[in-house]
Amino acid sequence: MSKLKKLKLSNYVCYIMVAAVMVVSFIVAQTGNLPRSYSNLLVQIAYSIILAVSLNLVVGFLGELSLGHAGFMCVGAYVGSYLAMQLAEVIDNKLIVLILSMLIGGLLAAFFGFLVGLPALRLKGDYLAIVTLAFGEIVRTVFKNMSVFGKAMGLSTQAIKYDSRQDTSLYLVSFITVLVVLFFVQNLVRSKHGRAITAIRDNEIAAKAMGINVTFYKLFVFVIAAFFAGMAGVIYGHYTTPVLYSFFSYNYSIEILVMVVLGGMASINGSIIAAALITFINFQLQSHLSGDLAALKYLIYALILIVLVIFNNAPKLAPIKDKLSPKLLFAKITGKKRHPGDIRSDAGDWRVIPTKIKMDEVLSVDLQQNTEFTPDKPQKGGK
Amino acid sequence: MSTIFDGLSLGAIYALIALGYTMVYGIAKMLNFAHGDIIMVGAYAIFTTLAAGGHIGLALVVAVVVCVVFGIVIEKVAYKPLRGSSPLAVLITAIGVSYLLQSVAQIIFGAKAQTVSMVSFGSMKIGSAEISIASVITLVVGAVIMAGLTLFVRNTRTGRAMQAVSEDKGAAQLMGINVNRIIMITFAIGSALAACASIFYLMQIPSTEPTLGSMPGIKAFTAAVIGGIGSIPGAMIGGVLLGVVEKICLSIPVLAPYTTAVEFAILILILLVRPIGLLGKKRREKV
Repeated sequence: MSKLKKLKLSNYVCYIMVAAVMVVSFIVAQTGNLPRSYSNLLVQIAYSIILAVSLNLVVGFLGELSLGHAGFMCVGAYVGSYLAMQLAEVIDNKLIVLILSMLIGGLLAAFFGFLVGLPALRLKGDYLAIVTLAFGEIVRTVFKNMSVFGKAMGLSTQAIKYDSRQDTSLYLVSFITVLVVLFFVQNLVRSKHGRAITAIRDNEIAAKAMGINVTFYKLFVFVIAAFFAGMAGVIYGHYTTPVLYSFFSYNYSIEILVMVVLGGMASINGSIIAAALITFINFQLQSHLSGDLAALKYLIYALILIVLVIFNNAPKLAPIKDKLSPKLLFAKITGKKRHPGDIRSDAGDWRVIPTKIKMDEVLSVDLQQNTEFTPDKPQKGGK
Repeated sequence: MSTIFDGLSLGAIYALIALGYTMVYGIAKMLNFAHGDIIMVGAYAIFTTLAAGGHIGLALVVAVVVCVVFGIVIEKVAYKPLRGSSPLAVLITAIGVSYLLQSVAQIIFGAKAQTVSMVSFGSMKIGSAEISIASVITLVVGAVIMAGLTLFVRNTRTGRAMQAVSEDKGAAQLMGINVNRIIMITFAIGSALAACASIFYLMQIPSTEPTLGSMPGIKAFTAAVIGGIGSIPGAMIGGVLLGVVEKICLSIPVLAPYTTAVEFAILILILLVRPIGLLGKKRREKV
């Protein structure tokens, strides 16, 4: 019972976080005290969260590295914004245009997700990573050269851009989108389908043997992640002008990956916090650092990637990691005596369930029995 | 004619870089994303030596030494602790290392492209076509290096140990091969090849910037994958193919803006038809 409760709490933490930010900022905005740059920052945080959470589906849950997430966003941003401008001439309501274009941009990105998912069925690991990277570059190059989308000048979205000074509805819509995405993803990963996806990540052959349709789930995850990334792209298109191909470079895909790694693989709450944090740091660095020192941002990214991944994965560092685990620290504070092994088995990780009987223990039991052994009595087997 | 020749020499550069990728992949079973940035390190080493008044020959030696040291240090610090953990973790760390090199280079040297005062070789005429001598040198030296590497892997003790490690790490260790040492040597050779590639690259385009290595790096990796990763002849074929395709695309006005897209499309097509690349070895998946 208590376990169920705990699960539910962590389930809602992310909604509460996002909703709290939204409500607080809305109230501040209503009083007119929200600086313009901060409402921009909020939109940035919103689409970063969508991107990070959707990439986490692919990297954290499915276990495949995608280096072309910005490519899906690119599709959404260009096509969605273009459509929005066409729709804006027919429909008066800006909000409906935004939502419609988000859906259509997302669907188109999802179609590209399907296309990228197809090679994903045959390729794995490093090969797939390079194909997604190639996809991102192809998309960027094609959009850069299409005259409909303004070629190298980029697509000017002035007509549909939300002015953050007068109109706060963009970040409200973006945050509501974040909530919808979270609702969907949370329910997905806790469902039968989510378990199927993580099973594929942990052992594809075993998952297949258990009757999981690997083909379907791989495509499914790619399509869903692309759909959300496309929606994030449409939000981006409404937030800034022009939509420029250079923004969606490989570097941006890596930036999203940094968010996922910093937040923790397969941790949705983590992705949200990391996306907000990275976007905030970026925002601050941008206004303070210029010129060559802007590379400091990438230096920070690099260190995050290297240090965190080595710390989390290096076999030799595992004991240190256990000692530093938050659960153990918490246990120390509350005074409960536990050692790393307890904490680990608490996590319910099947890999640490002991499968081998320890030889020492067996021997010591035998010795104890030997002391009770009396040769006069006939022995009865197996005490 | 001159287009194809330019393509061949560009292909030779790609092939040299691709060899580094493919050797490391074959032996350490990891995609060394930072390999492209080793080229950048080499280019800056040449730049610094020349700017300090050093001779061009000295600059070449410095580039090779610096690259080899970088390669070994990166392997020891970033990749060795992760040996035996998931490939995804190693790949992400490699991306991190690539970023680290780029950003440190940018902080030290600045983002602006720096002109490197390489010696100019001029060009010569064969029939009606004009061919730059730098291309000829690239092609010839590249071919010699590749032939030497093939002989090294086939005939020397270390080379055969490399083959054994790439075949089966565990069995190789049982046979008394020091796997860690072999992996280190592989990284050293790969980085030395990257240094050579940076020299040839600078002969064609005499300027260096922090992101110099990233695009050739990705393209060379594409070449390695097209040829079948882990296979040395495959990397050469893939590299030359990609170089020729790139130059041909650039010479056709309609296709020119889409060059990168075309190259990557070829990669995706080849992988779809033959997921192991042109000359890759098929590996059966074991439970």
